[in-house]
Amino acid sequence: MSFLRDLYGTFLRVALAVEVQYRASSVIWLLGVVVDPLVYLAVWSAAARAQGGEIGGFTPPDFAAYFLVLTLVNQITADWHMWEFQFRVQQGQFAFLLLRPVHAIHGDLAENLAHKAMMQVVLLPALAALALVFRPHARLELWSLLLFLPALALAFALRFLFEWVVALACFWTTRIMAVNRTYFALLAFLSGRVAPLAILPLALQALAAALPFRWMVAFPVELALGRLTPAEAAVGLAAQTAWIGASWLLLAAIWPRALRRFSAVGG
Amino acid sequence: MPAISVEKLGKTYVVPVRPPGARAALRSLFRRESRRVTAVGAIDFAVEPGEIVGFLGPNGAGKTTTLKMLSGLLHPTAGSASVLGFVPWQRERDYLRRMTLVMGQRNQLIWDIPVADSFDRNRAIYGIDRACFTRVVGELTELLDLGALLERPVRNLSLGERMKCELAVALLHEPQVLFLDEPTIGVDVTMQRRIREFIADYNRRTGATVLLTSHYMADVEALCRRVIVIHHGKLLFDGQLAQLVAGFASHKTVSVQLAAAPPDLSEYGELVAREGDRVVLRVPKADTPKLTARLLADFPVLDLVVEDPPIEEVIERVFAGEAGA
Repeated sequence: MSFLRDLYGTFLRVALAVEVQYRASSVIWLLGVVVDPLVYLAVWSAAARAQGGEIGGFTPPDFAAYFLVLTLVNQITADWHMWEFQFRVQQGQFAFLLLRPVHAIHGDLAENLAHKAMMQVVLLPALAALALVFRPHARLELWSLLLFLPALALAFALRFLFEWVVALACFWTTRIMAVNRTYFALLAFLSGRVAPLAILPLALQALAAALPFRWMVAFPVELALGRLTPAEAAVGLAAQTAWIGASWLLLAAIWPRALRRFSAVGG
Repeated sequence: MPAISVEKLGKTYVVPVRPPGARAALRSLFRRESRRVTAVGAIDFAVEPGEIVGFLGPNGAGKTTTLKMLSGLLHPTAGSASVLGFVPWQRERDYLRRMTLVMGQRNQLIWDIPVADSFDRNRAIYGIDRACFTRVVGELTELLDLGALLERPVRNLSLGERMKCELAVALLHEPQVLFLDEPTIGVDVTMQRRIREFIADYNRRTGATVLLTSHYMADVEALCRRVIVIHHGKLLFDGQLAQLVAGFASHKTVSVQLAAAPPDLSEYGELVAREGDRVVLRVPKADTPKLTARLLADFPVLDLVVEDPPIEEVIERVFAGEAGA
């Protein structure tokens, strides 16, 4: 345990040192994180006004609250290592990760956490400023706000683990870009990033709940905004936990095979 | 017990093949063709603890594939290997902690931050205790003259400086077996010598076993008493470097300096070079004593040197012999 604590402590410190080198670019990253939700917010707000003030129970201030919280949740749960795997395999960088006597996932997780910590420095003030402009509205409830933090943590763990498992596809296909794009298209629609799931057709809502996507982003957002009953919240937390367990099992099953595959084909 | 032992080790890759052109591309959609390429045939060798062995061969001979199998990155398709009693490709943590693989132009240093941070990351990864870490960093700093480099961001280092730091970071956990793939590639002659001296020192101090590939024969001559030569995945020679030269060098070079302008010496041997009053001849090894005696008798000789041909030439002959066989 003290080994892991030292490992993560060191990984985090080193990753933070790297992040600090790129502090100027975090402003550019910030634009990337904020622009998408703002566009959807503008579109849906305009549509709500055109339809007499609301769509599916969402008024423009509701949409503002939804997309501002979504921006935060999406940023905190996002991971970019799926894009890095292809590069790693092609450039032979993977070999270095495999020579280490620790699992390759640890370094990625630490890098992710360090990046998130740095980004909050610019993201939180930006969201506060946006809130002043867009005047969001939500029915906040204490119990659901309290549950928001564990739900957010589980969403992060789920998305990180699941995407790391999907990224292992690069050991079997050279067309990992296609896999990634398909995955992110599904994620955009089914995780509530394009629109709140509640205003999507029922079939899509069912699909989003049956797959892990809803539990990665939409669920913590809905919870924070007080849009769920306690029973729905409990189902959500259980679904998150179950999907994390499933991703963990998948990782444990696929990782050794990926290594065998890598060691058969060469690095 | 040998530190490294390899028996009938082989690696065959299956590579997709298709002829160029659109029609072939379309056909490959429906029927994929592949062919088997043998990178390493069935090779056998053993390396005793503390030995430094040069692993030689032209590009594509199978050197790197062999090193990757021995460091656990590749699964062989035939044969077996044992390093420090471990089967490398089972990748046991205890094994990974005891060996290192340094590949010339790849790097594991973190580009944007000081070298010392990369060192610290490896300390945590290998679970090196702090007292031990401080001692090893001190030793490596002294041996490789790292000093001020540790505080500098990696991107500000020259290639040679980076190579020294790469070596150091790969050795922090005091591995007992070192696989060095072209450790001096791309660096200048002074730095090559420095790295060479370091490897020799390190081997003396720690008794680590070293298997190294290099295209620079100076590396091999300075470090390796023993060499293993492979070509097309097959083992061509395994023995003392001196034996390789004795066995495969059929000629010697005789360089003579005469008091007067030298006449035509082609009847004494094959003329290799002629600079002013100095002439370099290539003569069959067996005839060397007779020919040098004749030269000394026939001409006013100021200086005469008999040498083995450069090791590059010998190695070339080994490969040429294999190709002709």
